[in-house]
Amino acid sequence: MGRLSWRLAEVAEVKPETDRVVTLALDVPDWDGHLPGQHLDVRLTAEDGYQAERSYSIASAPGASHVELAIERLDDGEVSPYLAGELRKGDQLELRGPIGGYFVWEPDQGGPLLLVAGGSGVAPLMAMVRQRAAAGSDVPARLLYSARTLEDVIFRGELERLDAADDSLTITYALTRAQPAGWPGYGRRIDAAMLEEVSWPPGERPLAYVCGPTRLVEAVAGDLVALGHDPSRVRTERFGPTGVP
Amino acid sequence: MGGFVSRGFKRRRRGGAEQATRLPPGQYAESGFPVLTAGPTPRIDLADWRFKVEGLVARPREWTWEEIHALPASTFEGDIHCVTKWSKLGTSFSGVSVDTLLEAVEPLPEASHVIAFSYGGYTTNLPLDDVRGGKAWVVWDHEGAPLPAEHGGPARLLVPHLYFWKSAKWVAGLRLLDHDSPGFWESLGYHNHGDPWREERYWGD
Repeated sequence: MGRLSWRLAEVAEVKPETDRVVTLALDVPDWDGHLPGQHLDVRLTAEDGYQAERSYSIASAPGASHVELAIERLDDGEVSPYLAGELRKGDQLELRGPIGGYFVWEPDQGGPLLLVAGGSGVAPLMAMVRQRAAAGSDVPARLLYSARTLEDVIFRGELERLDAADDSLTITYALTRAQPAGWPGYGRRIDAAMLEEVSWPPGERPLAYVCGPTRLVEAVAGDLVALGHDPSRVRTERFGPTGVP
Repeated sequence: MGGFVSRGFKRRRRGGAEQATRLPPGQYAESGFPVLTAGPTPRIDLADWRFKVEGLVARPREWTWEEIHALPASTFEGDIHCVTKWSKLGTSFSGVSVDTLLEAVEPLPEASHVIAFSYGGYTTNLPLDDVRGGKAWVVWDHEGAPLPAEHGGPARLLVPHLYFWKSAKWVAGLRLLDHDSPGFWESLGYHNHGDPWREERYWGD
């Protein structure tokens, strides 16, 4: 296995997703593809030679025209304000990857598939949802996505289109801070009762992927095990540089 | 890729000269203690907890929670480094030195590697020389308090000179081998050895 070498990508597009999140669409020369759920490393270099590295999940499907990252701006961060605020179309960015071989899902792994996202933790799960659609997979899939408000839901338009177009995909939102009038979905944090309603019974052995802030991931993974799900079928990943919600 | 500059990027984090010399390449100082785990956090009852050392040893044995606490205490004070880029400087963990455990089991001369195995099924591999000579511990206290479950409690392995995935959470034992055998992350793209000062993050690094 050769070294994952640093390469120069070019920003093809910066797409605002929410007030705090942008999608960076990157042209990566000779990108060898990736598996849904994998991440890559980004390295920034200042004029004085100072460097900062961070890892970001890939949100695009393997066959997409660009490698896409969803970047949430953390105000006290060093890298995310640059990526989400400074980078423009045509800028270059050093990266290497793809990385990670466990928090990945491909359609031939089957299901049923339970995806649980908190905030920008939806990014690697989006790669799975997109790949499932691109492959025409009919593996039953449910996405439970916790966000503060409807306006904080990343990829909302695309998720609604995918949900409407596919009977075997169900998307449920839990809006924790504020809900629109007449909101039919959940208006609280994800809890065990919600997971029991949204998920399949443990006997159907769903394959679960949980990504978000540490507190959410710890709670959801613990609840799934307490509900009777096999711990070896529950895969977790924390997003963000610190894992602090 | 020498010479590349990220247009408009400036350093925002300010650490002293000491911090600069303590951070391995590509790492940044993190004041919190992030949690990274591949699956649910196992909950282990202390009454059922055992730590085993087995494999190529003259006297394999296991310790209960009370028995391992009766061994001479040992504290590590220093820095830890996670492959996901954060380092935690100036932290401390207490438990027992792996040297003490190895002394009790007497490794056979042909033993060259260890597999650390955990409650929940996690494994990680290390050369035997990376866990002896004052380099590794089994720890149950972090900065003076019991190690929380999400950080590997009741007890985790601590091998602070390597990336932190080698410091197996919820550790249940060590198996001594006469050959190397990749563990969980080592089979999934991460470096077999994991020295942060050589930036051994991924396969091929």
